[in-house]
Amino acid sequence: MIITQKKPAEELLAMLAGVRKVALVGCGNCAAACQTGGEKELEEMKQFLEEQGFEVVGSILPDECCHKLLVKRDLRALKDCGAEAVVGLSCGDGVQTVADNLQLPVYPANNTMFLGQVERVGIFHEYCRMCGDCVLGETGGICPITKCAKSLVNGPCGGQKNGKCEVCPDNDCAWILIYNRLQAIGQADKLGRTRKTKGYAGAYYPKHLNLREGKKA
Amino acid sequence: MSQLQRALESGRFAVTAEMAPPKGYDFSRQIAVSGLLKGKVHSVNVTDMQSACLKASSLGLCIHLKQAGLEPILQITGRDRSRMAILADVLSAASFGIDTVLALTGDHPVVGDCKDSKPVYDLDSVGILQMLSDMEATGCDCGGNPLEGGAPALFKGASVTPVYDPLPLQINKLRQKVEAGARYIQTQGVFDRESLCRFLEEVDRAGIQVPIMAGIIPLKSAGMARFMNENVPGIAVPEEMIARLDAAAAEGKAQGVKGLPARLGMEMAAEFIARIKEEKLCAGVHIMAIGAEQNVPVILEQAGISL
Repeated sequence: MIITQKKPAEELLAMLAGVRKVALVGCGNCAAACQTGGEKELEEMKQFLEEQGFEVVGSILPDECCHKLLVKRDLRALKDCGAEAVVGLSCGDGVQTVADNLQLPVYPANNTMFLGQVERVGIFHEYCRMCGDCVLGETGGICPITKCAKSLVNGPCGGQKNGKCEVCPDNDCAWILIYNRLQAIGQADKLGRTRKTKGYAGAYYPKHLNLREGKKA
Repeated sequence: MSQLQRALESGRFAVTAEMAPPKGYDFSRQIAVSGLLKGKVHSVNVTDMQSACLKASSLGLCIHLKQAGLEPILQITGRDRSRMAILADVLSAASFGIDTVLALTGDHPVVGDCKDSKPVYDLDSVGILQMLSDMEATGCDCGGNPLEGGAPALFKGASVTPVYDPLPLQINKLRQKVEAGARYIQTQGVFDRESLCRFLEEVDRAGIQVPIMAGIIPLKSAGMARFMNENVPGIAVPEEMIARLDAAAAEGKAQGVKGLPARLGMEMAAEFIARIKEEKLCAGVHIMAIGAEQNVPVILEQAGISL
């Protein structure tokens, strides 16, 4: 899931300087789960903006805001609402997907934080940085690219203290987690293998993936 | 050939010191101190923005030291430079005759003094060593392209933290460093024979063959020792030493004499160095005086060490 967090209200108001009529676009998927773009948050945003003197002329909640065709369909509801700008209550992908379909400024209400696991309602943890070259098979299913603050692929640095990371003592040292996990699953030998250095030739962005290539449209 | 390499390969007790470039562009203090170290140590490590605090570059001070007739060790971290930038620096260093390097992963910018700086970590310590070994073996750069005139021959080293839990993880990393081309090892500061020996036994048990130089940090005060115990990963100053430093401070206060704890710290460092040499525990020592490099020749004299 894409984890989002609300931007400070002042930041949003600064983006909206000079705008009077606003439409809102939420997201029924990740942002709804993150309490940043579901039905309740759309209602709260409407109320807040109206208190600030804006006219909220429309509001939609696509099932998922990152789906271009779906968003295009749902945006028809805002066609004649007279909005001067749109506030996107979704991740950065959703905001841009809305903008791809509109000739209006679209402003983000959220910051996009990470790809995360939902531990339980309202508690999220980063598990994958989408590096495009998964190493989990070598590391006991624990990602050093994500869980090590330095993304080290050859074991720990000297910066752990009592198993915690020097960068943020709330975080466990990824390599101690990996070490313990490999022992527990009978793969301790994997620790000894020097990995190749991780390459970044495939890490350019933006990336694209087309499963239709070579097939009939 | 590197002096350090010659010393280690001939089985002589090797001695290195450590120096940081200035935070600024006036290198006069470093150059003056280097005069005191000349002939007293085999090589001088030049740190690469240690503790992630901005300083002039390691390469800059290495060039100054080389020109002053010392043998510098270029410390390289992966924190701020991509593999291309690291290789570029190593080639430039080699053109000045600087061929001894030490590869480190590097402290994260958020623990330093320029917290907004982007962490790079394209390569970690093992990756840096492997890249340099590959360059030496193939004469090619990190993209596999031939270097004009071939690759420089380097003497590559790495560090290790002897006081580490779980120790097998550190031993494993040490093995990876040696397999990637580390030919000497300097340890994080270690203060007592027991901790050092416990580590060395594990290295032996793992069958890792590499000269290890014990890291020596002369303590300046009990406060410094306590601060390092609290804040520096891998540092464990025994309580007994801290108590002696406290006692020295009390004695100095009673007698109205300044600097007794620092003097004791130097004596304790000298005693430990002498013991390491006498008992042949390590191939040498690496003295990290942390801004008090002028004390290094005194400590070595107290320890009865000459090159």
